[in-house]
Amino acid sequence: MRPILMKGHERPLTFLKYNRDGDLLFSCAKDHNPTVWFADNGERLGTYEGHNDQTAKLWDVKTGKALYTFVFDSPARSVDFSVGDKLAVITTDPFIEKTSAIHVKRIAADIKDQTDESVLVMKGPRGRINRAVWGQLNKFIISAGEDAIVRMWDPLTGQEIMSSRDDDNHKKQITSLCLSTDGSHFLTGSLDKSAKLWDSRTLTLIKTYVTERPVNAVAVSPLLDHVVLGGGQDASAVTTTDHRAGKFEAKFYDKAS
Amino acid sequence: MQNGIQNKVRWGELEEDDAEDLDFLLPPKQVIGPDENGIKKVIEYKFNDEGNKVKITTTTRVRKLAKAQLSKKAVERRSWLKFGDAVHEDVGARLTMVSTEEILLERPRAPGTKQEETKAAADNPFGKGGAVLMVCRTCGKKGDHWTSRCPYKDLAQPSEGFIDKPPTDGPAAPATATKGTYVPPSLRAGAERTGTDMRRRNEENSVRVTNLSEDTREADLHELFRPFGQITRVYVAIDQKTGLSRGFGFVNFANREDAERAINKLNGYGYDNLILRVEWATPRSS
Repeated sequence: MRPILMKGHERPLTFLKYNRDGDLLFSCAKDHNPTVWFADNGERLGTYEGHNDQTAKLWDVKTGKALYTFVFDSPARSVDFSVGDKLAVITTDPFIEKTSAIHVKRIAADIKDQTDESVLVMKGPRGRINRAVWGQLNKFIISAGEDAIVRMWDPLTGQEIMSSRDDDNHKKQITSLCLSTDGSHFLTGSLDKSAKLWDSRTLTLIKTYVTERPVNAVAVSPLLDHVVLGGGQDASAVTTTDHRAGKFEAKFYDKAS
Repeated sequence: MQNGIQNKVRWGELEEDDAEDLDFLLPPKQVIGPDENGIKKVIEYKFNDEGNKVKITTTTRVRKLAKAQLSKKAVERRSWLKFGDAVHEDVGARLTMVSTEEILLERPRAPGTKQEETKAAADNPFGKGGAVLMVCRTCGKKGDHWTSRCPYKDLAQPSEGFIDKPPTDGPAAPATATKGTYVPPSLRAGAERTGTDMRRRNEENSVRVTNLSEDTREADLHELFRPFGQITRVYVAIDQKTGLSRGFGFVNFANREDAERAINKLNGYGYDNLILRVEWATPRSS
């Protein structure tokens, strides 16, 4: 297999996302320009320019225009639209004296009505919150991050509904979280060299996939019973160890067996 | 498919030049199907070079190819104007290219051998299903690295290689080396003890296969024995002069039980018109 390589970013990639039809691929990196590509041939459609620190931005996908900027007092880490796109969840990093937080913003139907006001702010977990996503029917928000605990929040009250049990928990920080297509379960990947499949209603651990490298990214196949784990040692450690120790392959696992 | 001559055209009644226009004499083309299995038959008649009427039946299977469904919106998005940096992109920028490196999808196990392989993977301390054939001959680690890349190569104890030899041999070799006389690389301190290691390896769960046909290659043997379990080595003896197979070979299994099952199953098995003889390889007497 000869994959298509897209080299638009100058800094390490942080996030990739397909649109629902799968014809567009959005990529984010540590440079400031999110980029959109045609998924079928890898042609670059455009770059979204004008991002600055400590903000989250709403963009017009088609023209690349920034529609609105949410300003925070610490770096924004992850974003996710709710089902129906009426709400968005944005997590912010701990910064100087601020603790990490999960913000819920209402997305106005008309951009003129958009406000910066948070519907809810949830605080509590220590360390960065690397991912926060909406659960089934927007009934809860699932978050995971540096404290290695998976938490579930009520998006109406802002209360923590439950968190994963101690014996089930990852041993090191959770780097990524991916909800299945139907939302019934989700996958977390961690630097403790494992990925875990959870029931998203009860937060019970369904399965653990053990691998021999820190897991940086996970994905659940929308069609097949597959999960993919991507990983490898931290980029900063590459120069200090043998190149063969890196283990940068992506691994496919059967979801169930 | 030519179904033979239907009837002979009487050439006497026709002029030679008219041959092209004789088609009106032929029955019309018939198309039958496609039926529920996708079989479609086309029956045509035509004149062959000798002027004989020939019936041609073409049977084809019609298959519907999976059609990629593109939503209307996705089609519309295809014609969107570029924006941002992409506007000024020159053709030579080559941001998008097909990888020059071939990326292989390694299958941890062949389909249909599920159970055995999972067992094998469990045996493997590294849990790396895809690399079960890797056995380092220097340090003996399975599935971690190839011999040539052994990180412990330099650490291989020089004494280990001399175990099989008379004790007097051991100190002799390094001693000569210091004097400056030639010492073969295989005897130098720190060298890979391939010679002795190979012999030891050969005796590990080794199965001898005899009465092989001359055409049998190592790949064939591997295919034949693979279903029984993890194989670490396959060897077919080749005659140095003629380059032909000498009719026997060895297969090493990672697990003794797998080897035993292979022997039970394949001893007396008909392979390439010959009856195979499969047995435990007797340790080589030196």
